[in-house]
Amino acid sequence: MAAAAASPSRELTQNPLQKTWEPYDNGLPAGHSAQRGVCMTNCPTLIVMVGLPARGKTYISKKLTRYLNWIGVPTKEFNVGQYRRDLVKKYKSFEFFLPDNEEGLKIRKQCALAALNDVRQYLSEENGHVAVFDATNTTRERRETIYKFGEENGYKTFFVESVCVDPEVIAANIVQVKLGSPDYVDCSNDEATEDFMKRIECYKNSYETLDETLDKDLSYIKIMDVGRSYLVNRVMDHIQSRIVYYLMNIHVTPRSIYLCRHGESELNLKGRIGGDPGLSVRGKEFAKSLAQFINEQNIKDLKVWTSQMKRTIQTAEALGVPYEQWKVLNEIDAGVCEEMTYEEIQENYPLEFALRDQDKYRYRYPKGESYEDLVQRLEPVIMELERQENVLVICHQAVMRCLLAYFLDKPAEQLPYLKCPLHTVLKLTPVAYGCKVESIFLNVEAVNTHRDKPENVDISRPPEEALVTVPAHQ
Amino acid sequence: MAAAAASPSRELTQNPLQKTWEPYDNGLPAGHSAQRGVCMTNCPTLIVMVGLPARGKTYISKKLTRYLNWIGVPTKEFNVGQYRRDLVKKYKSFEFFLPDNEEGLKIRKQCALAALNDVRQYLSEENGHVAVFDATNTTRERRETIYKFGEENGYKTFFVESVCVDPEVIAANIVQVKLGSPDYVDCSNDEATEDFMKRIECYKNSYETLDETLDKDLSYIKIMDVGRSYLVNRVMDHIQSRIVYYLMNIHVTPRSIYLCRHGESELNLKGRIGGDPGLSVRGKEFAKSLAQFINEQNIKDLKVWTSQMKRTIQTAEALGVPYEQWKVLNEIDAGVCEEMTYEEIQENYPLEFALRDQDKYRYRYPKGESYEDLVQRLEPVIMELERQENVLVICHQAVMRCLLAYFLDKPAEQLPYLKCPLHTVLKLTPVAYGCKVESIFLNVEAVNTHRDKPENVGVDRSREEALRTVPNHL
Repeated sequence: MAAAAASPSRELTQNPLQKTWEPYDNGLPAGHSAQRGVCMTNCPTLIVMVGLPARGKTYISKKLTRYLNWIGVPTKEFNVGQYRRDLVKKYKSFEFFLPDNEEGLKIRKQCALAALNDVRQYLSEENGHVAVFDATNTTRERRETIYKFGEENGYKTFFVESVCVDPEVIAANIVQVKLGSPDYVDCSNDEATEDFMKRIECYKNSYETLDETLDKDLSYIKIMDVGRSYLVNRVMDHIQSRIVYYLMNIHVTPRSIYLCRHGESELNLKGRIGGDPGLSVRGKEFAKSLAQFINEQNIKDLKVWTSQMKRTIQTAEALGVPYEQWKVLNEIDAGVCEEMTYEEIQENYPLEFALRDQDKYRYRYPKGESYEDLVQRLEPVIMELERQENVLVICHQAVMRCLLAYFLDKPAEQLPYLKCPLHTVLKLTPVAYGCKVESIFLNVEAVNTHRDKPENVDISRPPEEALVTVPAHQ
Repeated sequence: MAAAAASPSRELTQNPLQKTWEPYDNGLPAGHSAQRGVCMTNCPTLIVMVGLPARGKTYISKKLTRYLNWIGVPTKEFNVGQYRRDLVKKYKSFEFFLPDNEEGLKIRKQCALAALNDVRQYLSEENGHVAVFDATNTTRERRETIYKFGEENGYKTFFVESVCVDPEVIAANIVQVKLGSPDYVDCSNDEATEDFMKRIECYKNSYETLDETLDKDLSYIKIMDVGRSYLVNRVMDHIQSRIVYYLMNIHVTPRSIYLCRHGESELNLKGRIGGDPGLSVRGKEFAKSLAQFINEQNIKDLKVWTSQMKRTIQTAEALGVPYEQWKVLNEIDAGVCEEMTYEEIQENYPLEFALRDQDKYRYRYPKGESYEDLVQRLEPVIMELERQENVLVICHQAVMRCLLAYFLDKPAEQLPYLKCPLHTVLKLTPVAYGCKVESIFLNVEAVNTHRDKPENVGVDRSREEALRTVPNHL
């Protein structure tokens, strides 16, 4: 056990923003204390995708990157195909990828090395924790090169291979993400499909899948038939375990996720935050409109989730269908500010109010929570949403912002300011590499509860400047 | 979507114990609302162990059962070997297991059927959610029989196979759990080992491992070489996904887990609960004693975890080593009762105080938490503890009770009354199928904070009766 030479009487001071206790040595922040986020690995992780074209590597890379960033692990993906498109301005045909095309091979190797160099910069110089290296990496030789690169730089390498032989799946992938690729912008769908199929053939002869015996010392997951089965080998640490768990829970079955808030509440009307109030008259109207909307949508096997707060449950009750209550979907705990108006918060806690505006994502209410805490709390919801198909989540403003940020890949700075108005349903449908959003206002008026970041976030600001963005209320 | 014929204006009433909102129809509890525990599957799950003797099937069965029960999924294991011991009073030798021993085969089949009958009773009549069928189940024929049994009864069947060829692991297993078995109570270690090795041989010829092709339609996980790699096929639902995640995180490397509370706090001295106080003088003494104790234990690569409350962090600071702060390790939130004495709770909230004594596990403080909530919150801690090796967790009374209940397999009724006194370290070391506990009091006096369940838990009890078991304080 490494005993640090710390002075035994280091002062603990509470960080005014996050309310965490940190040691100070003679007035300076001392080490030895880390907040448990997620990835407490000392060394960065290099995830290496493996697989023939159109096996979902980029889909997985982007999704995994989005998930890791959302849970607080700085992650970036590096798509070698993109490097190739940047270098070779105009894609001509599959012949570029023929195994005996010297020029092609040279350029492709150059792109891979350029990408690896950027990986190194991200992980070793820019505080990245995880890099996802998205390329076919179908030969053992290429993977060996990358593994050595990882070792030299002190990264842990984890391979993610996608294996699929189902021609229907391949065809669907091509339609979803290849036909619209910059490579095929001037081709008809048939021309593009034909060329792409030949492109896949270029790789097949040299494809060396991850082997239980030959690759027994590597850390990897092999995903077979879009998640029907998995082979997992030598998971080394926490983050790899989380990655495996995530990859084993995602699916590609088409479905939609509906997000909305509870109907307008009695406290919403008064401009008060938190509490456990019931619905206002208009809130009850919304609940009925929501029931009608859901019925009209004719959704197959819809699951309905609420928080354990009265207002979401009341809203769900109007639907007349079974629903599940999740405590972790409860609104952010505003601690000592519960049930206050913003005016009262400014009156009683002007410093807190200013700190919150300075860093709304990390700010934790005294005896309450932060958006950052919310994200940790909501991770099981996201995991289960990935497992499920059609789901309606009736939740709260801060909670909905967190969930929305996950689906739309919004960074921490933007998350607390995402617009999630009352009486508006967001319908999210996965498409290609992202998510289509449809916003449906259900035509029942409600107060606005969205408070923009004011211009002046200084603790010395006058009340008017603090309250200038507070929306109107009774 | 199944629209229920519920009246649109069902009344929502808050359950006084758990503070959850439930719909009532004309005064009667109505359906359609479920609290999200874990296993929201409609059908029970039958887990079927597969593997040669001494491959860790019973170890996995018991551990998995313990974990599922702790997270709130009623689970029971059915060890066919135990049925055999109950039927055949005295074990003679491995010859019982010879493939051509007609008498032996008849008895073994009888035991398997008796066990399956008990499974059926547990899952279909006693509200069990998961049954773990622990036997070798090494032939495809036997597994087919069990699978049919599952189908007939409406259970989802999930196979867990343990495959291991490492002779050292087998030998270690035999030493750990076979030599002490009732089967070998009259044998020397050498005799027992010799007989057991021959017992294993009896199974080898007919062993049909789960096959990627022949068993492609089954749901299973195949664990290879004590967790070095896994093959996972057709995970069907949430509970199977959680089981897979758990099995992929456990290991058998020897290690110890140290649990203790923060040193005595200023509020402890005054008999006040919760809050975020600092250590008392004696609490600081304890922190120093803890540092000394930890040093003397000479623990390899010890990880130290604390909550984000000042008193645990102050305690860790004295150790002079790096530690991680986990918000989810924070003490149970007593809501409106935070920083009160029990006397004040009785004074201000006599009904709440009585309800808590009636069902301390499920009771949720107004605007606070219950032990049941704590367990959900702590599940990621347990998962990470399973991944880790030597860890010291410096936490709080209710939190420590929850963690201890997991390791010592204590049911919900006992959990809130487990004794976790201040200034006492519990050293937990996995041994055989369970956990050895050593309790080390570090010789610094502290107040007692343990309040036993009083005799009278009626809401109409007198003040004296309510406060009878309150420990002394300033």
